[in-house]
Amino acid sequence: MARPFATQPAHRRPAATKLRGARGLAGWLFVIPALAFYAVFVLRPIALTFQYSMYEWNGIGPSTWVGVANYGKVFTDPDLFNSLINAFELIVFFSVIPVVLGLAIAATIRRIAASRLALVARTVLFLPQVIPLVAAGIAWSWLLASTGVINQLLRLVGLGGVTRAWLGDFATALPAVGMIGAWVLLGLCTLLLLAGMSKIDPALYEAARLDGAGAWREFASITVPSLRQEIAVCVTVTVTAALASFDIIYIATQGGPGNTTMVPGLQIFYLAFFERQVGTASALAVVLMVLVIACALPIQWFAKDANR
Amino acid sequence: MITSRREAWIGRLLLILLMAVTLLPFLSLFVTALHPSKTYPAGLAWPDSPQWGNFLRAFEAANMGELLKSSVLIVLGVVPISILLSTMAGFAIGHLRVIGARVVFLLFVLGLTLPFEGIITPLYYQIRDMGLLNTRWAIILPLIGLFMPFGVFWMRAHFVNMPAELSESARMDGANVWQLFRRIHIPLAMPAISSLGILLFLWTWNQFLLAIVLVDDPAKRTMSGALGAFQGQWGTDIPLLCAGSLLILTPTLVIFLIFQRHFVKALLQGSLKG
Repeated sequence: MARPFATQPAHRRPAATKLRGARGLAGWLFVIPALAFYAVFVLRPIALTFQYSMYEWNGIGPSTWVGVANYGKVFTDPDLFNSLINAFELIVFFSVIPVVLGLAIAATIRRIAASRLALVARTVLFLPQVIPLVAAGIAWSWLLASTGVINQLLRLVGLGGVTRAWLGDFATALPAVGMIGAWVLLGLCTLLLLAGMSKIDPALYEAARLDGAGAWREFASITVPSLRQEIAVCVTVTVTAALASFDIIYIATQGGPGNTTMVPGLQIFYLAFFERQVGTASALAVVLMVLVIACALPIQWFAKDANR
Repeated sequence: MITSRREAWIGRLLLILLMAVTLLPFLSLFVTALHPSKTYPAGLAWPDSPQWGNFLRAFEAANMGELLKSSVLIVLGVVPISILLSTMAGFAIGHLRVIGARVVFLLFVLGLTLPFEGIITPLYYQIRDMGLLNTRWAIILPLIGLFMPFGVFWMRAHFVNMPAELSESARMDGANVWQLFRRIHIPLAMPAISSLGILLFLWTWNQFLLAIVLVDDPAKRTMSGALGAFQGQWGTDIPLLCAGSLLILTPTLVIFLIFQRHFVKALLQGSLKG
């Protein structure tokens, strides 16, 4: 259809004129409703978060301008700063474990990806993505309790000495919460990476085999480089989930014991709605939003470059 | 041949192990839910006399009938409008290429990774000033706004690949922009729209933060938000809590199992595009 029009400019002009009409007001009528909702319920609150972060306000009475003092507090108050550190520690569990383990698992099951078992597995591995995180939190709190299944299994294999209430122990609470996140995200990463692997040309693997490459060489020089985009997606999704975690921690530990599992999301919630420190909560919220974008953007650029 | 057969067996073993780890929490919930109320069952143990009645008690204690109704109302408020608005905007940005499309698109994309916690504080005061606190609108309206970045991003990705000739020939036949959108582009966009619908349904149903901050009455929350309240109230009665959790995750589970093909496809594409 394109060519006849291109060779007949006289016919093309009317269509082009109408197209120009649709690019103006008529077209914008299609964008405005979405933009309005976005502006009122997202952009305005973002701007207000910036504004609140410059004030000291208890949410009810008058507010006082304090400039960037709230930001100073975020980085100097040990409790607040600690929540940021915890969020980064959670990345190890939410991102590193699911992505690395997901890669290893996907590479191992690649050959049977079309079998019946793998089809069943696709459904099963997606379950953690479908259920509410709150339910995952409740189920795992019980699994990790002192009389829970995890300790039962540990005793079964002779590790009775390390059993404890995993979520109640100062030393293990954060890794335990992290494991819940790993459980939620591992299936998604595995399946995403597996889908990516199915697009790799099998001839590449055959050639590698003929050259005498072992499974490890194959994995390192064919599988991983071909999956740059999928890996970037997994990393973005999981890092965002780690930095912005809320549901699981609210249910499993509420930030405790002590402050060992406090994360920025939960801290904002407590500060704003229980401790009535709206300014500090907002400064932490701004830091969190900036951190998430600062982590997500470079990964996206990395994936885009890989495409070209 | 021998090596690849061994690899296949290792693969199968690994897959089964992975499925077992995935299913373990569900199994534990189920077995624990059958123990007598107010006991602390030790690990995975089948009870002497399974208390199937726990599910009924949890159903009543959690006020499940009301919760289901509330979640359905919220989903019905959020999903159709979000789909319509993002399809329209995606069409104008990706296909009509309105003047300034790049800038608007960038504005939406910036919201893609926004953590909801980042704006929850001003949102609370805004919803309060609108007089909507403790109503379902407090969840519905902000969620529509919060879903716009992904929705527009998703639908634009579809419309960007639609050939311009399609619309040019329709316009030659005298169709205006709305007719073009309604009669030609919406039917062609149905696969993208239904995947988006599945994702938005899931994210609405499981929304927790907005529910616990903006709505006090659990009966007006989403399922997920109500489960938080249920835990607060029945947290000490482990079997009942487990039974309640299972009940609350059953609706999504059932819908997932019915539409599993679509779900898996939507979730895989959804994260790839996101």
